[in-house]
Amino acid sequence: MWAWREVRELKILYPLLGVLALVLLAYAGVVAHLNVFFGIVVPYLAFLLFLVGFMVRVITWGRSPVPFRIPTTCGQQKSLPWIKQNRLENPSSALGVVGRMTLEVLLFRSLFRNLKTEKRGDRLAYGSAKWLWLGGLVFHWSFLIIVLRHLRLFMEPVPVLITQLGDLDSFLQIGIPLFYITDGLILAALTYLFLRRVLVPQIRYISLQADYFPLFLLLGIAASGVLMRYVWKVDIVEVKALTMSLVTLRPEVPLSIGAIFYIHLFLVSALFAYFPLSKLMHMGGVFLSPTRNMINNSRSVRHINPWNYPVQVHTYEAYEAEFRAKMKKAGLPLETE
Amino acid sequence: MYKGGRIIAGLLLFACLALMPFLINIGKAAAKPSPQVNTPFIQQLTTQTCVEPAAFMKTEHMQLLNQWRDAALRDGKTVYVNSQGQSFPISLENSCLKCHSNPQQFCNTCHTYAAVKPYCWDCHNQGGTSQ
Repeated sequence: MWAWREVRELKILYPLLGVLALVLLAYAGVVAHLNVFFGIVVPYLAFLLFLVGFMVRVITWGRSPVPFRIPTTCGQQKSLPWIKQNRLENPSSALGVVGRMTLEVLLFRSLFRNLKTEKRGDRLAYGSAKWLWLGGLVFHWSFLIIVLRHLRLFMEPVPVLITQLGDLDSFLQIGIPLFYITDGLILAALTYLFLRRVLVPQIRYISLQADYFPLFLLLGIAASGVLMRYVWKVDIVEVKALTMSLVTLRPEVPLSIGAIFYIHLFLVSALFAYFPLSKLMHMGGVFLSPTRNMINNSRSVRHINPWNYPVQVHTYEAYEAEFRAKMKKAGLPLETE
Repeated sequence: MYKGGRIIAGLLLFACLALMPFLINIGKAAAKPSPQVNTPFIQQLTTQTCVEPAAFMKTEHMQLLNQWRDAALRDGKTVYVNSQGQSFPISLENSCLKCHSNPQQFCNTCHTYAAVKPYCWDCHNQGGTSQ
């Protein structure tokens, strides 16, 4: 059976049980009427952990020395005037780096170069492999749009841009409440990203619990959100009353909203708290990628190793001066008499 | 730190973005909307209940309106029998808006608050008179 080995090795089972435990915990909170804890304390705590943890991680990374340029590039370096430079792939100016980084963050250009290596007969073949790029791009953009859409619950009055984003996302006018395109896309993309891990043997081999857990958590968040919007509906006015009381720092004990809301909120809080401890920190880390954020100017600017210390050297002049008498006695040639 | 200035600047930008919902709302007290249900017609009613219980209406009214639209326009059904067995004519303007003759103070308060734009009024008249 597919992936049975990984389930048996608990690589998949533990993360799945972890997310299910979070769901049950939130549900238990609803049953026990711990609304203040799960509606106010947990979200504040999770947000604080996210913000502080994120900063600490990035500052720790920033303390690592980066003494040299790492010109791992995919284009022609700035050279002689008659050789055309690839300004985007091998930038020699800050503007070029900004362009390369912007496109990396928004369009995942590095991943677009993803290749698949296969043995065809007795030959090694390399082919373009774009599905991961597409799945990743669809997931990240859907997630961004969904996060921006949620700002309607944190602002009063709601800015026109946020309303328009929601209108655009639901312009197909399917069902009531209107179906958001990104809701479908994020579930499809996450399902693909999960199936890729379990169905491709090589990917399954290198996948860890830390890969499955965020996937299950994000799937749980998306699924609970979709269920809350389309199936087990909650009173959105009560929800916004709670979120507004949180962001105006006048938290109010929320009225009973519905278990699915507290499950959604708790899973999101778990994501926030887990974020700085996990591979999800690539959100901040991408900006610190040395091969993406460095100007390749090794040939025009001298870069001095910042931890260079003065080295004690024994020059030949000093050596000859020290041993002149002995060298002369042995008949060795001397530079200065 | 190496390139510390830029990293700190980037982190400050990130913190500002993450804290945006808090920063925008500094000094604001968000008031929950209070939809008005005290129209003259409702005040005259002896039992002031909607076609279904209020809790149901709060979360499911859009679904119900959609079903009403399909029933009236596609299936030709014009009578709705509710969970208590009472009958109501299926009509936005002659049932809903008869009691809630103040859609500006009733429908719109919550819809504006939650940034929801129902497309009822693309066809229907908010004044509540049947065309």
